Amino acid sequence: MGRVLPTLHKREAGLASAVAQRARLAEVPLARTFEESLATSGLFPLRPTRLEILQVNVGRRCNQTCKHCHVDAGPDRSEVMPRAVLEAVLAFLAQHRIPRFDITGGAPELHPDFREMVVRAARGGAHVMHRCNLTAILLPNYADIPALLAEHRVEVIASLPYFQARETDAQRGEGVFEESIEGIRRLNALGYGRGTGLELNLVANPVGTFLPGSQAGLEAMWKRELKRRFDLDFDHLFTITNMPISRYLEFLDERGRTVDYMTRLVNAYNPAAAAGVMCRNTLSVGYDGRLFDCDFNQMLDLGLDAAVPQWIFDATPERLAERAIVVGPHCYGCTAGAGSSCGGAVA
Amino acid sequence: MTESTAAAGREAYYHERDLPKFGEIAEGAPELARKFFDWYTAVFAEGALDAREKSLIALAVAHAVQCPYCIDAYSQDALAKGSNIDQMTEAVHVAAAIRGGASLVHGVQMRNHVHAHGM
Ligand code: SF4
Ligand code: SF4
Repeated sequence: MGRVLPTLHKREAGLASAVAQRARLAEVPLARTFEESLATSGLFPLRPTRLEILQVNVGRRCNQTCKHCHVDAGPDRSEVMPRAVLEAVLAFLAQHRIPRFDITGGAPELHPDFREMVVRAARGGAHVMHRCNLTAILLPNYADIPALLAEHRVEVIASLPYFQARETDAQRGEGVFEESIEGIRRLNALGYGRGTGLELNLVANPVGTFLPGSQAGLEAMWKRELKRRFDLDFDHLFTITNMPISRYLEFLDERGRTVDYMTRLVNAYNPAAAAGVMCRNTLSVGYDGRLFDCDFNQMLDLGLDAAVPQWIFDATPERLAERAIVVGPHCYGCTAGAGSSCGGAVA
Repeated sequence: MTESTAAAGREAYYHERDLPKFGEIAEGAPELARKFFDWYTAVFAEGALDAREKSLIALAVAHAVQCPYCIDAYSQDALAKGSNIDQMTEAVHVAAAIRGGASLVHGVQMRNHVHAHGM
C-alpha cells in the first residue's frame, strides 16, 4: 500500500455517496433490524440522556488515507468548517456550558483555525479532546501543536491500531507506524501519558474484518509492548469497532465479507452496550453546521429527527433533548460485544 | 432434506457457513450440549492463563487436529486478542513440532522391536 491513496470521493467510487452506502447496507439481510433489537432491550425509540459532549467534525482533509476511514478523509478533500460555523459552535459550547468539546476530522490540525478553537474552548472551561492521527503534528507547519495542546491541557486521543509497523501500515499507509511512534515520543516528552495529568489515550481499530478483543487485555499488551520496544507511555487504550461505512464498507465489499461482518455484529448485539451508546450524550456537528446524532450518522447523511432544529445556529440542548435518535443497520457497530464509542468499549 | 441442502452437503465436506451452525448440535442432546458449551466457555475464561494465551493454544491444537472450523475461528480470535502473524505462525510450528516429534520419538519403539526381534 502506498502512503496515500485517492479517496472514494476522488475516485468517484460507487460507495462515495451517503445514499449509495445506505442502499448497500439496506441490502444486507439481517436476522433483526436495529430498531427491533433496541425494542427487545426496551430502548426503542432511542432517547438522549444528557448532552455532555459536543463533537465537531471540522473538515474532511487529512494527510492520511486509512483503509478503514468512515469519513473518507484524505488530502484530496476540501470540506472545511467556515468561520461562521466555528463561531456558532464556540458560542453553543459556552452558552450551554457543555462539559466536553471533542474535535475530530479529518486531521483537525489542518483546519486553519484549529489553534484558536482549542484555546477559546479551553479558556471557556470545557474539557477539550483532540482526535490526533499522530503524523499531522510532525508536518513542518504543525510542529507547534503538541506544545499548544499541553499548555491548554487538551486530552489527546490518538490512533495506533497495533504496536508493529506491518499491521499499522497495512491500515494507515506505508511509513505511518514509524511516524506515529515519533508522534507519541514528542507527546511523551511534553509529559503526555506520563502521569502528569496530560492525558494521552490510544485508539485501536482492528486491522481486518474481525471484531476487537477485550479492551483491558489489549491495553495491557499495548502498554507492555510500547514500553519494551520504544520506551513509550500512554494512559488508556480505546478499542473501536470498524464501522461498515465508507472506505471500510468498500473494503468489506471487496473482500466479499459485508454480509458476514454485519451478521457478526448482529449476533454480538449486547443490550448493555446499546444502553451506553455515545449518541445518548453526544451531539455531532458537521463542517457546515448541520447537526447529527453521531459522526457515523453524519457520514451517512442521516440528519436529526425532523421534529428538532437541524443546525447549530438555532439549536438548544432543551429542544434537542426531545429527539429520537436516528438509527440504522450501521448502529450494530456500536453495540457488538463490549460496545464501541469514541471513548472505546462501553459495557 | 431439500434438493438444495442435499447439494450443499455434497459440494464439500467443510463449509465456512456451517461454523455458525455449531449451536444446532443441541437439538439432538440438549443437556449434553449445555454441559459442553458451559464447560467450553469456562475453559476459555481468563484464569491462570490469559485469554490471549489460551487462544494461541487453541490455534495450535486446531492445527494439530486439523480442524478447519477451529482454524478459522481461532485465527480470527487470536487476531482479535492482539496476536500477530509472527506469534500465530510460531504457535503453528509448536503444533507441527510436537506432531513431527511425536512420530519421530516412536522410532524408539521401532528400535526396541528391531533389537528384540533382530540378532
Ligand atoms: S482514519 Fe483518521 S487519520 Fe485515517 S484517513 Fe481517516 S481521518 Fe485521516
Ligand atoms: S451509529 Fe451513531 S446513532 Fe447509531 S448507535 Fe452508534 S452512535 Fe448511536
